Amino acid sequence: MELLTVNNVWMMICTALVFFMHLGFSFLEIGLTRQKNTINVLFKNVFIITVGLLLYCFVGFNLMYPGEFNGFFGFAGFGLDTPLTAEGALDLTYNEGYTYWTDFLFQGMFAATAATIVSGAVAERVKIVPFMIFAVIYVGIVYPIAGSWKWGGGFLDAMETPFYDFAGSTLVHSVGGWAAVVFVCLLGPRIGKFKEGKPQAIPGHNIPIATAGVLILWLGWFGFNGGSILSADPGLTSLTLVTTCLAAAAGGVVAMITSAIKDKKLDLTMFLNGILGGLVGITAGADQMNPTEALIIGAISGVIVVLAVTFIDRVKLDDPVGAIAVHLVCGIWGTLSVGIFGNLAGMDQFIGQLIGVASYAVYCIITSFIIIYALKKTVGIRVSEIEELEGLDAHEHGMGAYPDFRMNDH
Amino acid sequence: MKKIEAIIRKSKYRVVKDALHAVGVNFFSYWDVTGLGNEKEGHVYRGVAYSTSDIQRRHLSIVVNDDFAEATIKAILSSAGTGEVGDGKIFVSDIQECYRIRTAEKGGDTLK
Repeated sequence: MELLTVNNVWMMICTALVFFMHLGFSFLEIGLTRQKNTINVLFKNVFIITVGLLLYCFVGFNLMYPGEFNGFFGFAGFGLDTPLTAEGALDLTYNEGYTYWTDFLFQGMFAATAATIVSGAVAERVKIVPFMIFAVIYVGIVYPIAGSWKWGGGFLDAMETPFYDFAGSTLVHSVGGWAAVVFVCLLGPRIGKFKEGKPQAIPGHNIPIATAGVLILWLGWFGFNGGSILSADPGLTSLTLVTTCLAAAAGGVVAMITSAIKDKKLDLTMFLNGILGGLVGITAGADQMNPTEALIIGAISGVIVVLAVTFIDRVKLDDPVGAIAVHLVCGIWGTLSVGIFGNLAGMDQFIGQLIGVASYAVYCIITSFIIIYALKKTVGIRVSEIEELEGLDAHEHGMGAYPDFRMNDH
Repeated sequence: MKKIEAIIRKSKYRVVKDALHAVGVNFFSYWDVTGLGNEKEGHVYRGVAYSTSDIQRRHLSIVVNDDFAEATIKAILSSAGTGEVGDGKIFVSDIQECYRIRTAEKGGDTLK
């Protein structure tokens, strides 16, 4: 009983930390975009966390954890299904690590993250209502089904060498990342991003806010990974925090060095993306690595993220915040790294990881393509040229983020 | 009366102001401006190198009586330069009339 109390307190703290990540995502996206779209960015992020949580309560939780099911799709009914004792009190034998309520809320905070990742990639040109429709379907249905395949005990968990994804390099970050790729392809680049085929810089308007966002995300990751132990197990939770933080630090430092060598300037935004790349990279195996392995995984993420940002520019995908490089590319790397480093390393595990990555790629690309293509052909997904040039804040929202500040028109 | 407009480096504003005070020019207006020039500034953002010829400068607008004009111009010329391209420009023009709003007085005395 006392153990449950301790475990449950830790899990609730982690729940709050994961909630706080939504502020981090918001700040990062604001900072790396232009001030004329700030309200729009905030609106999307606030929409996702509020509606995401409601959806997770109505359908998501029972889609993701349906109990016994066929491994691909199961649904345990609408709403929450609180386990009660004969006397009508909350059944505390539900799990040794947390209560039913904590379980729901912790997983609910995760759920909205997948759509938030997409938000950053499509910023500054996406029509808000179609984006909201997409987010509802993606967070409400696509993400929980994806989660059930592994965390809900589905077919990827039932393989001979089960696919392993500790806290969601694939289940959360790549699921968001694949949709981001599809959305960006169907949406097209911002006006002015490519000139005669060459990528142009569209500098973000508030780098201090972006920095705050990344450091807040790092803090949130203490809960994202630390809570994914699903108890307050002293050895495992502290190991997970160490691997998480070492990977973040290594990712940042290596990305800084890589971008300095490549571009001959010390680019803070790449430094920040490197931290996030390291965090996403370690997330799949944060409880399976020793500190040295975590450091290597983070460092490799740091190199990957810098090269991926440039590569994504080169193939003419416009991703203002680097969401695809951070969440998809480093998510895939992190997932595969479980087969290369740590306690589970081995050929069978590596193949299991490949099967997992491929399954989610196919599923997410197909589902997000259907949703976004249908929206494109019906209501349209892109704002008009004049709205994009004058800013989404003025047109979609009728307000400015900084009405007392001097406005710049780039 | 003359209007002396000077576009100077922001980094030189403090020394120019002190030089103007030293010759008895104690009030003027200024604002920050962006202009296009021959100078290019190199930047890198998220792996994309770019250069811009949009240059930030400070614009001073000083109205003085004729006998102060030369001293004002000399003060700016001697304080605002670095010798590099981009030190800025000075423009001088005639002012026809001048009023002090509080008292409705007219003429050069209002500048003292």
